[in-house]
Amino acid sequence: MAGDDNIIDRANGDPLECPALAPGVMASSKPYVAAPAHQEALGFPGQLVEGWQEKAIARLGELLESSRALRVYLDSCVKCGACTDKCQFFLGSGDPNNMPVARQDLLRKVYRRYFTLAGKLTPSLVGAEDLTEQVLEEWFSYFHQCSQCRRCSLFCPYGIDTAEISMAARDIMDTIGKGQKYSNEIIGKVFKIGNNLGLPPKALKATLQGLEEEIEEETGVAVRLPLDEPGAEILLVTPSADFFASPHMEGLIGYAKVLHESGISWTFSSHASEAANFGMFIGSTDNMRNVALRIRKAAEDLGVKRLVFGECGHAWRVAYNFLDTLAGPFDFLDPKYPRPQHICEFTWDLIKAGRLTFDKSKNDQIRLTFHDSCNVARASRMGDEPGGQFEIPRAILRATCNHFYDMAPETIRESTLCCGGGGGLLTDELMDVRIKGAQPRMRALRAVADEHGVTHMAAICAICKAQFSKILPKYGFDMEAIVSVHQMVSNAIVLSGSRTGDASDEDDAPDGEHDGGPAAQKEGSGDE
Amino acid sequence: MANEAFVVLAYAVALIFAGGLAYRVWQYATTPVPLKIPTTPAPVTRAGAAARMLREVALFESLFRSNKWTWLFGWVFHVSLALVVLRHLRYVLEPVPLLVQLIQPLGVLAGFTMVGALLALWARRLLVPRVRVISGPSDHLMLALLVAIGASGLAMTYVARTDIVAVKAFWLGLVHVDWQPLPTDPALLVHLGLVAVLALIFPFSKLLHGVGVWFSPSRNQADDARERRHTSPAGLAPAVREG
Repeated sequence: MAGDDNIIDRANGDPLECPALAPGVMASSKPYVAAPAHQEALGFPGQLVEGWQEKAIARLGELLESSRALRVYLDSCVKCGACTDKCQFFLGSGDPNNMPVARQDLLRKVYRRYFTLAGKLTPSLVGAEDLTEQVLEEWFSYFHQCSQCRRCSLFCPYGIDTAEISMAARDIMDTIGKGQKYSNEIIGKVFKIGNNLGLPPKALKATLQGLEEEIEEETGVAVRLPLDEPGAEILLVTPSADFFASPHMEGLIGYAKVLHESGISWTFSSHASEAANFGMFIGSTDNMRNVALRIRKAAEDLGVKRLVFGECGHAWRVAYNFLDTLAGPFDFLDPKYPRPQHICEFTWDLIKAGRLTFDKSKNDQIRLTFHDSCNVARASRMGDEPGGQFEIPRAILRATCNHFYDMAPETIRESTLCCGGGGGLLTDELMDVRIKGAQPRMRALRAVADEHGVTHMAAICAICKAQFSKILPKYGFDMEAIVSVHQMVSNAIVLSGSRTGDASDEDDAPDGEHDGGPAAQKEGSGDE
Repeated sequence: MANEAFVVLAYAVALIFAGGLAYRVWQYATTPVPLKIPTTPAPVTRAGAAARMLREVALFESLFRSNKWTWLFGWVFHVSLALVVLRHLRYVLEPVPLLVQLIQPLGVLAGFTMVGALLALWARRLLVPRVRVISGPSDHLMLALLVAIGASGLAMTYVARTDIVAVKAFWLGLVHVDWQPLPTDPALLVHLGLVAVLALIFPFSKLLHGVGVWFSPSRNQADDARERRHTSPAGLAPAVREG
């Protein structure tokens, strides 16, 4: 209890205040090691292999040959210090190994020892070190205190991205049999069952039906949440947390209402009932590709024309930036629409076209701010302009809510802070890291709560939502202060059928949508 | 005898520097880029990305965003170094190009600002705890090397003047394969010896950041993944790769 009070106190202060150095305070934080079954399902050895040092170094060599980013980033750092006060895990913990440059150096010192002349000849001069068991333990600890949020990369004069380095380190550890249980177990579930949660198709079907009933009861409108319907225009791929957790599910209801209003037919897929792709977290291109290929298969099997992604940060990074490379070309999709499209782009296009009606007063009890999720902010885009990923969600929130206040400028948009749970850290044994990593964001939230009476914070990432649900109470906020962007949409949207005296152009499931209609064309953002 | 050693040394250093640099450029250029990873928001066109690169290299845009002091000292050092290097062209080119003549006064001033900025960067490395802990022996040694090069250079002008006409004759001799004697006053030998060390380690150390920055995917890629399919052997599915 005293510990919790202590955390609440930490919510007060400058979000970006640089802490005193506290060497080693986070050294004991480690995730659970993946069990042999979790490893082998992904094509990795079950446990630490014989001769792991040589194999790890060989794997590092392969990665250097296959990734220019890794090679350039390991070579180029001049230790200027620009990144040292930028990582939320350092700001929250004070552990110098959580400074991005120091985290990188854990791998860089091994790279220098085995792959550079200076490191081979004069290791102590250039900070080169043998790969020992102790170094491996440091890797396992500190490369699982990086949420791959890319905040350091924004500030680095060479754009060095610690995410690339921690991905490489995790890949090496997987290759020698020391994987992380949380991520690897989840990827296994995706391959076996279709989603991170291990929710089988039958249960998914029942969940969606339950939600349909709930919406009809509440609004009087039969909004559908279709599953595996061939010939639908749109395949919606969303993080599986949207199917059962809160506030994710409220967001899912929002997508369904918007899609209903659009009149465009759509469906979920049980084969690809998961937008998340933890293959990225573990830096495994092969696993990331295999997870991505499910989505392609589902889109082809169902014969859809468009691919839309729900609110999930890293999933949007993979979808936006990697999907076409890994699983493309997607030439069977309609080129009139972005391939793929974010649900926020979809909703915003409808709002711009005047096709959605809102009663903003429905959100009047909420004073809202917005947490930019790191993978959306610094690793992808929405709309046609750079920075659309900041403007579009805010535009949606302003269209649906009367009271909106941004947090301090140095903590939002491209400078946003990680929620503290991204990149494969969203597991209970890493709670200490998660609490500390969230501290800067909690301080920024505390400031707008004090200044503007902000009561809620919206996000467009399943991990952010799950993390904040757990972390907010520890910092003295209400657990339900975190909301989905499409939850705000859902609250405020006036469904056509529920309006009295309105034209009855909308009565039931939009079934006869073969052309998608002029409406559908109007709302595409395309490449205009 | 000593002069022949200088001649051989000068050619060897030039060869290792140029060869090493060419090798590293080739190595970076031929390593695949599996995926699109620009740090966003990023320009959506390739021309825009090129402009971002130029701003990054010429103005240190990201460093400016990060830390104003480090930016100031770092930028002043690099600009000063560039001016000093340009100024030095007068010792190897005959006739001296107009640009090199014009920047001569600036180049002289830059000798001082370069050393000053280096000392400020070094002070930062020693005094800011979080920068101190990430600094290794080589980081300090490289600063020492650069300061010593600058100081010995200034000493040749302001403390013990070197016969600069003879020095130029030596360099022109190297260029035209008509070797001339190199003056042997200590400041010059120290200065040239340290420059040789710098040139030798440049391609194989963190000094290579000057090359690496151009190859950084997070900076040089355009944000156009949905408009232009990015393909790379390392990123594609095996079936596509072989097909």
